[in-house]
Amino acid sequence: MGSATSELPSLRLPLTDRAETGLKIVVVGGFGVGKTTLVRSVSEIRPLNTEEVMTRAGVGIDEPDPASRKSTTTVAFDFGRISLNDRMVLYLFGAPGQERFWFLWDRLFAGTLGAVVLVDTRRVDDCWYAIDRLEHHRTPFVVAVNRFEQDGVRYSLGEIRQALALPAHVPMVECDARDRQSAKDVLITLVDHLYDMAMAQEATP
Amino acid sequence: MRRRPVDTGDPDRLYTVTGGRHRAGESLDLVTLLVSECEPTAGMQSEHARILELCRHPTAVVEVAAELRLPITVVRILLADLLDAGRVTARHPRAAPSLAGLPDSQLLKEVLHGLRNI
Ligand SMILES: Nc1nc2c(ncn2[C@@H]2O[C@H](COP(=O)(O)OP(=O)(O)O)[C@@H](O)[C@H]2O)c(=O)[nH]1
Ligand SMILES: [Mg+2]
Repeated sequence: MGSATSELPSLRLPLTDRAETGLKIVVVGGFGVGKTTLVRSVSEIRPLNTEEVMTRAGVGIDEPDPASRKSTTTVAFDFGRISLNDRMVLYLFGAPGQERFWFLWDRLFAGTLGAVVLVDTRRVDDCWYAIDRLEHHRTPFVVAVNRFEQDGVRYSLGEIRQALALPAHVPMVECDARDRQSAKDVLITLVDHLYDMAMAQEATP
Repeated sequence: MRRRPVDTGDPDRLYTVTGGRHRAGESLDLVTLLVSECEPTAGMQSEHARILELCRHPTAVVEVAAELRLPITVVRILLADLLDAGRVTARHPRAAPSLAGLPDSQLLKEVLHGLRNI
């Protein structure tokens, strides 16, 4: 088992002055599935927590009563960082996949390269909604199955693919979110997938 | 480092921090990098001064928010002030893909290379 880094520096590990391009990948999944763990495993800084506030007006709910405009919703999410080279910085966002948070996704994650849907086979239902939304927004994603030892029944990836009604083109991997190499492999699987899609698109006139 | 969400349910608090302005055009991306163009000056709003200190090196919008412990929405407004005044400059994401679009393969190749080397 690799080292899930416990001694990560805090945010004030400055980027190089040449850093110019920020990129985003989103890790989404149900509560306790290992999102923060995965981000921590690959991040060069300790995952930080921040939040977005949304007024109901911004959610698209028609609300004639002016008093109710005061009503706001807060969603917290955490993020980590990977300096890819002098100029490019990848930010990883861990975000709750529950239905009630999705109104924020367009705002928070517009322009993301792609997403990792993290699945705990004991609670597969938790990710249905996330997958549905990602497909709707045509955001490329991979599905990573975080294996917990307590998971008595070890469903095969094929069985999980079937349970999730995942199309064949969506890559699936197993991972251990606590393991740096394993978490890295999940990200590489996603970017490989994006690369293949981009190549196919560029080959089409 | 994990903290409870700050009390942001109160719109009046947002109003106070941002001086009551609700301008358009504060749509900075979460990963837009900000760089200070000057040092903080005496009498400057403390949040502005703090941002100028943070952004001596490139710092993403989301990092500014985490460090100041303020919601993204508020930070965007504070940053818009500083951008308008020329006190910070923004390095926008180069390849924010369109809705159904993908970044070009060359950029993705660089990302892959970077990931393999960390
Ligand atoms: N056994 C095992 N435990 C894990 C794994 N990934 C995460 N955990 C644990 O599961 C709990 C929830 O993980 P966390 O990353 O906080 O979940 P989040 O809510 O999705 O951010 C933590 O106690 C982790 O240590 C894994 O791969 N195997
Ligand atoms: Mg978490």
